Amino acid sequence: MNQTTDRLRLAYFALATLVVVFAVYNAFAQGDHLGGDIGLAASSLGAAIAWFVHRRLAAKHVPARSLTDLRGDGHVDDKLFKLLAVGAATLVLLILGLIAVTMTNRALPVLRTMGIKFFTSSTWSEHDGVFGALPYIWGTIYTSAIAIVIAVPISLGVALYITQIAPVRLKKPLVYLIDLLAVVPSVVFGLWGVLALAPHLGRSFLTAGIILAIMITPIITSLAREVIETTAQADKEAAYALGATRWEMITAAVLPHSKGGLVGAVMLGLGRAMGETIAAALVIGSSPQIALSPFKSGDSMPAVIANQWGEASDLQKSALIALAVTLFVMTIVVNLVASRIVQRSLAKSRGVGG
Amino acid sequence: MTIPELSTSLDLRARPSWRRTKNTIMTVLLASTVVAIAIPLVLVMISVFAKGGKILFAHFPAFLTASIPPTRVAGPGMGPAVLGTLMTTGMATLIAVPLGVLGAIYLNEYGGQSRFARTVRFMSMVMTGVPSIVMGLFIYVVWTLHFRLQGFGGSLALACLMLPVVINAAEQMLRLVPNGLREASYALGATKARTIVTVVLPAAMSGIVSGSLLAIARAAGETAPLLFTIGAARVVNTSLFHGESTALSARIFENAKEAVVAAQDRGWGAALALVLLTFALTVIARVVTAIATRKR
Repeated sequence: MNQTTDRLRLAYFALATLVVVFAVYNAFAQGDHLGGDIGLAASSLGAAIAWFVHRRLAAKHVPARSLTDLRGDGHVDDKLFKLLAVGAATLVLLILGLIAVTMTNRALPVLRTMGIKFFTSSTWSEHDGVFGALPYIWGTIYTSAIAIVIAVPISLGVALYITQIAPVRLKKPLVYLIDLLAVVPSVVFGLWGVLALAPHLGRSFLTAGIILAIMITPIITSLAREVIETTAQADKEAAYALGATRWEMITAAVLPHSKGGLVGAVMLGLGRAMGETIAAALVIGSSPQIALSPFKSGDSMPAVIANQWGEASDLQKSALIALAVTLFVMTIVVNLVASRIVQRSLAKSRGVGG
Repeated sequence: MTIPELSTSLDLRARPSWRRTKNTIMTVLLASTVVAIAIPLVLVMISVFAKGGKILFAHFPAFLTASIPPTRVAGPGMGPAVLGTLMTTGMATLIAVPLGVLGAIYLNEYGGQSRFARTVRFMSMVMTGVPSIVMGLFIYVVWTLHFRLQGFGGSLALACLMLPVVINAAEQMLRLVPNGLREASYALGATKARTIVTVVLPAAMSGIVSGSLLAIARAAGETAPLLFTIGAARVVNTSLFHGESTALSARIFENAKEAVVAAQDRGWGAALALVLLTFALTVIARVVTAIATRKR
């Protein structure tokens, strides 16, 4: 009958069972080098069984059909397919829930002993079992702020240039350039930062902020570009008709229209900067201090997790996980506020534009 | 004699004014931001290609296949990392892309604007913002603590990062499929599942493929989630389930922390390999999109 559906489902079933069987197999065969052969055989067997069960299920349904049931053979497949889709969608909720529960659970030992002092103390000593996260929270906020201050004017400038000024022939290559910048792995920027930039600038809040700025610029730029491109052509033409120069047109028509969306884009960039680990871990200097000078070295939450994890004791790991939970909550709050702002501004522009 | 007089009084060209000067200044400033954004990209690429190329091309195939030597020993070897990156990212793709596409199918074809669908859509947006290091620690807690360091843990972490990206990209592509196609398929008596698999998915396929490729490119460059999950093998490990593995990104991070030039050189070589891999994936994604739009 329905060959494409069949083949696709077979492939998916095989894959799903493969993963599940390997997981179970893994639980039992720790450190045992009998090898992947058993696992492979077991998972193929599992896939075959799953397929067989499914066929039986489908076959069993046919005789049960009454004369007035005009649904085709496919409707068992139909239900199964919907079930798969719902399951995949639920996975998102499941993972987020698991993150919150399991990580908070692991962080509890430290959170319980430190209490509120975890967020207000600035001593972090594994030896004394005292963990105060304040210098790391400060470092995260400070470096992200530096990154935003550098990245925002540049990203907005590039977005405006691409959408309003660039000749048509230049637009596409420029968009490509931004996309290229976005796919350079952050660890490559980190490597460049520590081996090429740090020898000149030192390892400091500023160096970390610059590297973070380079990384969030493409994100803010492409979001800003999307927002700006929704400006109504009529508004722009109206500004020109009143004798406005191009810059006056931008300030009178483009910017007021896109204000909300641009703020949202910047907030999303901020969320990204706060969670960025590797580059910060390499160039921030790893000395937990609360300093105002951008030229001092410091430390940030993701950076300290990456740097201390390798040699951490169990208690310290719990403290690092508590840092991760804090970071998780902070980035989610920033992202939620950002999306709220973007939604509101989109709704408004839709309302005005009819 | 009157003619020049007339011509000046009739000259309608605007005279230079502060408004026009300001316009020129701002135009130049906006153009200079483009230069500002290009500078770091160019500098990084020069460093990566010059320093990485020196070791990568001097030991051409060997660099990509040989074992990783001890830190202080100069010379090639990133084989375990190359294989580890390909295997962990490949496995993450196998997990995240089918699940992500299925999730998007639910959102666009079944859920629509229902309360559950809106919740999932919102949560998947929230999940996109979860820092990759948090995702890594999450997999450490639920997987690595039970199954030790292994490549598959890294795959799971990368898959968790890719899932919301794929859902988002695929849903946007499914939304572009015109409703007429679906209705035509129903009119022929097809079930909903069959309509989705044989009509809707093929129509959206090129967009889903290029969106997934971009997600894969991002995942291949991720470092933080791998630090806690896959370990640091120095010899090639062909199993995702037995023993420690490693990845290019993780090796770059470790080598960047070393003060030894030999290790740093290997880091540059690995960086070049990783950059070439991610750029190749991006270019393929572009080509897929270009071919698909030309067909239409």
